[in-house]
Amino acid sequence: MSTPIVKIENLYKYFDISGGFLEKLQIRSGKISLHTTEVKAVNGVSLEVASGETLAVVGESGCGKSTLARTVMGLYPPTSGKVLYRGERIDTLSARQMLPYRQRMQMIFQDPYASLNPRKSVRSTLEEPLRFHRKKISSKEVDERLAEVMEQVGVNPAWRDRFPHEFSGGQRQRIAIARALVIDPEFIVADEPVSALDVSIQAQILNLMMDAQDERGLTYLFITHDLSVVRHVASRVAVMYLGTLCELSVTRELYETPRHPYTQALLSAIPRVDGKKQNHIKLPGEIPTPIDLPSGCVFHGRCIHADERCKRESPQLLKVSDSSGSLVACHGVAEGRL
Amino acid sequence: MSLLEVNNLEVIFALRHGDLVALNDVSFTLDKRERLGVVGESGAGKSVTGFAVINLISKPGRISKGTILFDGKRLDRLSEREMRHIRGNRIAMIFQDPMMTLNPVLTIGTQMVETLRAHRKISKKDAAKIAIAKLELVHIPSPERRLAQYPHEFSGGMRQRIVIAIALLTDPAIIIADEPTTALDVTIQAEIMDLLLELCNTQDMGLMLITHDLGVVAEVTERVMVMYAGKVIEVAKTSDLVASPMHPYTKGLINALPGHGECDEENRLQQIPGSMPNLTEIAPGCSFHPRCEFCQDICTREVPELRSLAGMDERKVSCHFAGTEQMQ
Repeated sequence: MSTPIVKIENLYKYFDISGGFLEKLQIRSGKISLHTTEVKAVNGVSLEVASGETLAVVGESGCGKSTLARTVMGLYPPTSGKVLYRGERIDTLSARQMLPYRQRMQMIFQDPYASLNPRKSVRSTLEEPLRFHRKKISSKEVDERLAEVMEQVGVNPAWRDRFPHEFSGGQRQRIAIARALVIDPEFIVADEPVSALDVSIQAQILNLMMDAQDERGLTYLFITHDLSVVRHVASRVAVMYLGTLCELSVTRELYETPRHPYTQALLSAIPRVDGKKQNHIKLPGEIPTPIDLPSGCVFHGRCIHADERCKRESPQLLKVSDSSGSLVACHGVAEGRL
Repeated sequence: MSLLEVNNLEVIFALRHGDLVALNDVSFTLDKRERLGVVGESGAGKSVTGFAVINLISKPGRISKGTILFDGKRLDRLSEREMRHIRGNRIAMIFQDPMMTLNPVLTIGTQMVETLRAHRKISKKDAAKIAIAKLELVHIPSPERRLAQYPHEFSGGMRQRIVIAIALLTDPAIIIADEPTTALDVTIQAEIMDLLLELCNTQDMGLMLITHDLGVVAEVTERVMVMYAGKVIEVAKTSDLVASPMHPYTKGLINALPGHGECDEENRLQQIPGSMPNLTEIAPGCSFHPRCEFCQDICTREVPELRSLAGMDERKVSCHFAGTEQMQ
C-alpha cells in the first residue's frame, strides 16, 4: 500500500472535566492532594486512511468517534499519539503552519441548521474559505467557482444571495457540502452528514457525496452510527467501543462475518425492513462511563464470552486471517475460542 | 367495531396568512391488541395524528372536521374534563425524548405515584406497589430501590423504559408511541422494540407506533399507514407493504433505504427528487405529483381517493395509477 493519506498512530484524547483548582483538591488519608477527573474519549486508536477510499467509523453515542474525527482535523490537540497527513506530522503544527493542510482537509457536520451561519448568505458562506485560502483570487474567479460548485451539489446558483433559513434541511446540507468542496480538498471528514435528514433526502445527499468522490477523487472519513448507511458508502469500517477500536475490516467482510462480539451485537440490532425477524443479541448491562474505564478489554463487562484474561489484559488489534486482512481486538477471537 | 376509529379527520392551524391544513381527510382504525405503524417523513402529519387522537392539539390548531371514536365515545366532542379520564388512562402516550418527558426534579417514584393517583382513588402505598410491578414489567432491576432515584441517575434506555412503565400504570387499552426509539442507540433501540412487542402480547394493549424508520415499523407492527403532506397515501399489512409497495412514494421511500433498495451499476441509491412540500404550498391534485415519475395530466388536476385495490384485502392506496399498467 502506498503512503496513506491520513495515518493515526496510537491516539489518545482525554478531556479534563475536574474544573477549577479548588475543585481538584481532595483529602485522602489525611493528606490534601490535587486530583484530576478525565473523560477518556479516545484510548490508543491507530488507523490508516488510504487515498480514495471511504473509511467509516461506527459506534454508539459516547464511543469517541466524533472526538477522533475532530482530533484528526486538528480541532482538538491529542493528549498523546500522532496524526500524520501524507507522512507529515500535523498534530504539533501551529495554526499558521497548519494553513496549507486546512485547504486539503475539510469537514461536513451533522446538523445543517447549526453549521451554517444564519446571518450569512450562501454567497458569503461559500466565498469565505476561497478568499481566505486564495488571497489573490479575483472576484470574477470567485463567482465562477461558486457557480460551478453550487451546480455540482444541486443548488441553483441563482439562489446565491439567499439565506440559510430559505432552504430546506436537504438543501442546507448541500450548501454545507459545497462549502467543503469549494477549495478543492482531497480529504473530507464527514461527521454524521445524513443523520438529521429524512430518508428520501438522505439518499440524495449520499449519492451526491459519492458522485463528488468519483469526480474529484476524494477520500472520506465517514463518522456515523447508522450501520445501513455505512454498508452502502464505506469501503472499510472501523467499529469503536468506549474509545477503542474493536474491529477494522473491509465492509463486505464485516457485515458477512462480524467477529468481535460487540460488532455482532451491533449488527444484530439493526431493524430490518424485510421483516425477517432476527434475534437481537442482548448486551447485559450498560456502557460504562469513560471516566473510569474497565480494566482489560473495555467490553468485558458486557461480553458473554469474557473470561479471566479479558478482565486483566487489554486485547491488541490483531489480524484474524491472512486472506481477509480484518483486524479484531478480542482475546476470544485470537485464542480461537470464538 | 374497532376500538379506535378515526374518520375524515382534518386538523387546521390558523396562521396569520391563512389556514394550514396539517391533516387532510385522515381515516384509520385500530383494533384491540393491534399494532399499527404510522410512517412518513418530517412534516407528513404523523405526530399531529397521534396528538389529535388524544385531543392534544393546542391553539392555533384545531380539529375542524371528522370524528374520533374510541370505545363507542366521540373523543373529539368530549370536554377537557372528560378527556382527562381517557388521556393517560385508557390511551397513554410515549414521546421521543425521555429526558424531556420525565420531570428532572422529582423521583421516579413520585412521578409514578402521582400519575396513578390522578386517575384512581388509591393510597400512596398501593400506588407504589403498582409502580414497582410495572417497573418489573419493563425489566428494570431492583425496582424498589430505583423508585427513590431521579431521572438523571438512569441511562437513556432505562429512562425510556421508565416512561413506558408510566404509560402502563393505568393498564391502557392503547399506547401511542411517538418516535420512541429515535433518540436511542441501535442496541438500545432493539431492546425497546423487543420490549414493546412483548408488552403488546402480554398486556392486552394496542399500539400506534409513529416513526420515520421503516425498519422499526417492519419489526414491530402488523399493519402500517404511510403519510405524506398531511394525508394517508397507503395502508396495508406491514409485510405486504414492505414486499410490494403500491404508491410511488412508498416505493421510493423503500428503494431509497441504503442496503435495501436496488442500486444502479455505480452503486447509487434510488432517490426521490425534490423534497416534501411546505404544507402551505401543496400542489393541486395529488400532492406527490411534482416528485412522481409516473405523473400524468390527471394527477395535476384531481385529488386521488384512498381506494381499495381489486383482489387485495386491507390494502388501500391513494394514487390514480396504482395497480395499473402505467406503473409497471
